[in-house]
Amino acid sequence: MGHLRGKLLPPALAIVFSLLLCGVALIISGANPLSAFGAMVTQVGKGTTFVDILNSTGIYYVAALAVAIGFQMNLFNIGVEGQYRVAAVVAAVVGGSIALPTGIHTLVIIIVAAIAGAAWAAIPAILKVTRGVNEVISTIMMNGLAIGLSAYLIRRDVFGELRGNNIRTAEIPESGWMPGISFGGSGTMFGFIFVAIALGIGYWIMMNKTRFGFELRASGESSTAASAGGVNSKKMVLVAMLLSGAIAGLISLPELLGRDHTFSLNFTAGIGFSGIAIALLGRNHPGGIAFGALLWAFLDKSGLALDNVGVPREIVTIMQGSIVLSVVVAYEVVRRFELASEQRRVGRELGTVGGAA
Amino acid sequence: MISTLEEKPHIPAAPRKRKMPGWAVAMLGVAGAIALLSITSMQTGFPQLTSSGTTQTAVRLALPILLAGLGGLWAERAGVVNIGLEGMMIMGTWGAAWAGYQWGPWAALVAAVVFGSLGGLLHAIATVTFGVNHIVSGVAINLLGAGLTKYLSTLIFLPLSNNPRQSPPVQSFDTFSAAGLGDWLGELEAGQRLFISDVAGILRGLVTGVSPLTMIAILLLPLSYYLLWRTRFGLRLRSVGENPHAADSLGVKVYFHKYVAVIVSGGLAGLGGAALVLNPGQLSYLEGQTGGRGYIGLAAMIFGNWRPGGLLGGAALFGYADGLQLRSGGETVLALVYGVVILLAAIVVWQLIRQRWFSAASAIVVAVLMYLLYISLDEIPGEFVSYAPHMVTLAVLAVASQRLRMPAADGLVYRRG
Repeated sequence: MGHLRGKLLPPALAIVFSLLLCGVALIISGANPLSAFGAMVTQVGKGTTFVDILNSTGIYYVAALAVAIGFQMNLFNIGVEGQYRVAAVVAAVVGGSIALPTGIHTLVIIIVAAIAGAAWAAIPAILKVTRGVNEVISTIMMNGLAIGLSAYLIRRDVFGELRGNNIRTAEIPESGWMPGISFGGSGTMFGFIFVAIALGIGYWIMMNKTRFGFELRASGESSTAASAGGVNSKKMVLVAMLLSGAIAGLISLPELLGRDHTFSLNFTAGIGFSGIAIALLGRNHPGGIAFGALLWAFLDKSGLALDNVGVPREIVTIMQGSIVLSVVVAYEVVRRFELASEQRRVGRELGTVGGAA
Repeated sequence: MISTLEEKPHIPAAPRKRKMPGWAVAMLGVAGAIALLSITSMQTGFPQLTSSGTTQTAVRLALPILLAGLGGLWAERAGVVNIGLEGMMIMGTWGAAWAGYQWGPWAALVAAVVFGSLGGLLHAIATVTFGVNHIVSGVAINLLGAGLTKYLSTLIFLPLSNNPRQSPPVQSFDTFSAAGLGDWLGELEAGQRLFISDVAGILRGLVTGVSPLTMIAILLLPLSYYLLWRTRFGLRLRSVGENPHAADSLGVKVYFHKYVAVIVSGGLAGLGGAALVLNPGQLSYLEGQTGGRGYIGLAAMIFGNWRPGGLLGGAALFGYADGLQLRSGGETVLALVYGVVILLAAIVVWQLIRQRWFSAASAIVVAVLMYLLYISLDEIPGEFVSYAPHMVTLAVLAVASQRLRMPAADGLVYRRG
C-alpha cells in the first residue's frame, strides 16, 4: 500500500501543481481557468478528438519506450529525436521505391525503419564504448545531423519530388500501407497502435522475465556491482543503445503507414523530446508510460479547444513542461522521504537488537 | 607527517618538460589557423575564405555560441551539467524582443539576462536543492522555455505583429567601425598578396560594424576567466565542481556557489539569446530562432576542454563555418575540406617525427578520404554545412575525449551531509 502510494502520489501532486500554476497564469492573462479547463475536457467527445488522442498516445508510447530502455541503465538517449527522423525518411524512401505483396511490403518497411534507427544510434553507441564519449552530447549532435540528412535526402535531385508547395519522397504504394480501424465521422485509428501495445508487453517481459532485462536493470542500479557480477558493461551499452534506436525507428510509422504514406516537410518533429518527458512521467514502467502518453496526447489535442475560449493553446506546452519538472522533483522528494523513514526504521530495529544483546 | 613533508618536493622534481605559457600556445594556434586558411584560399582560389565580410558574419554568428558556451562553463565548473542552456537562451530571445521593441537595445540586454537567469534559477532549484538529475532537469527546462515563450508570444506579440511566431521589430545598436584603419586594411586586402591580404581581411572584419554587444561578449570571456581562476570566489566555485565534500568540509558554501554559478550560467545563455535578436540581419524574436545554438555552445565548451580559451576557439570555429556558408555557399566550404587535408598532412609529419606510427597511419587514412571527398564533390550540400559544428564536435570527441578533462564532480548530485 505504502509502496503504491509512493508511486502514484508524485505524479498526482505534479499534475495538481501544474494545473494550479497554469490556472494562475491564465488568471494573470485575463482568462477564466475553469472555462479553459472545461473546454479542454468537453473537447474530447467532439469530432475526431478522441481518436486523435488515441493515435497520438500510440506514437508517444513507442517514443517513451525507446527512451525508457536507455534510462533503465542510466543511458541518456537524447537522440531518439534524430533516430526516428532518419528512420522515417529512410523507410519512406525504401518503401516508396520497392514493390512487394501486401503485408510483406509493410513488414519490410517496419524492419527497414528499425534498422535505420538502430544504425543512427550505433554511432554514439560505438563512440561511447570505444572512445568513452558521453552519449548525451554525441546524441544531441546526431540530432542536428539527422535534420541535415533528412533535408538532403528529400532534395529534388536526390529522392524528393515536388508536390504542390511541398517537397516529399515518392508515395508508398498501397501494398505497403497498414490499415486502420475506421470510426466513420470520428476518425480512423492507426493499426500500428496494436504494434505499440505489443511492444509494451514485449518490453515488460524483457525487463522482468529475461536475463538481459535483469542485467540491464542491474547496470542501472549500480554499474560497478553489475560488472562485478559478470555483466559486460560495454556490451550492455551497445545492445541497449541499438535496441533503443530500433524502437525509436518505429515512432513515425503509425503516421507513415497509416496516414501520410510519404516523408515530407510536414513531418511531425519533437516526438523524441516528448518521449523523454513521458518516460520520466511513467518512471520507465510500461503501464506508467501508457498513462503518461495518454496524458500528453490529451493535453496536445484538447488544447485546440482553447482557441475557442480565447486562450492561447500554447498554455498546454507550459503545462506539459511544468508537469515534467514537478514530477521529477516530487519523485525525488518522496524518495528522500522514504529513504529517511527507512533509515529511521532500520535504526529503531537495530537499536532494539542492540538493547536485547 | 615527516615522510609526507619529505615526499612533497619530489613531485615537481620529476622530469617534466617546461610547457609553453597558454597565451603563446593561443598565438601560435591563431597564426597557424590563419596560415592554413591563407594557403587554402590561394590553392583553391576562394579569397572569400579570409574576406572581411566572412569574418564579420562569423563574429556575429559566433557571439551566441560563445555566450552560451560561457554559460555552460560557469555551470559545469561548479559541477552542474546544463543541458537547459537551449531553453534559457530561448527565454533570453523572448525577453530581449519584449524589452527591445519598447525601450531599445540596452533594455533588451537587461531583460534577456533576467529571463535567462530565471531559467537558471529554476535549474538550480531542481538540481541543487531537490537533487534532480541534471540532464532530466535540463530537458524539462528546454521544454518549458519553448512552451513559455510560445504562450507569451501569442499573448503579447500577436496583437502587435499579427504573427504569433514573431515580435515587432527591435531597435538595433549603433555599430562602430574603425574607419581609417578599416580603409587601410581594405586596401591591403584588395592587394591579394599571400598571408598579408588574408590577415588584413580578417582584421578588417573584426574592426568593422562592431556593436556594443560584441564588445561586452568579448570582454565577458576574460572577465569570466579572471573571476573563475584568479579570485577566491572562483577558486571556491571550482572546488565545488571538483569535490563538493572536500569543499564543504573546508567551510565553502556548496549550495550557494552552485546557485550563483547556475544563475550566472542562465544569464549568459539569455544574453546569447539577445545576441540573436539584436543581430542586424534579423532584429526580432522568431520562434525556433535559437536552432540548437545552446547545445552548440555546450559543444564549444567541451571542444575547449572546459577552459575559456578553448571555448573561444570552439565558438570561433563554429561561427566561422556557419558564416562562410551563409556568405558564400557550399563551394567555399568544400575548400575548407582541402584545408583539413593540409592540416592532416601537417599532423602526419608531426606524428612521424614523434614516431607515433599508428596515429600517423590513421591520420593518413583520414586525409586520403577527405581528399577523395574534395575531388569528387562540386560543393558541400547546404543541408549539411549548417551542421558542420555537429560533425566537428563528434570528430573532436572521438579523437580527443580521452584527453579532455571535465570537472571531477560534474553532473553528480551533491547532498549536504
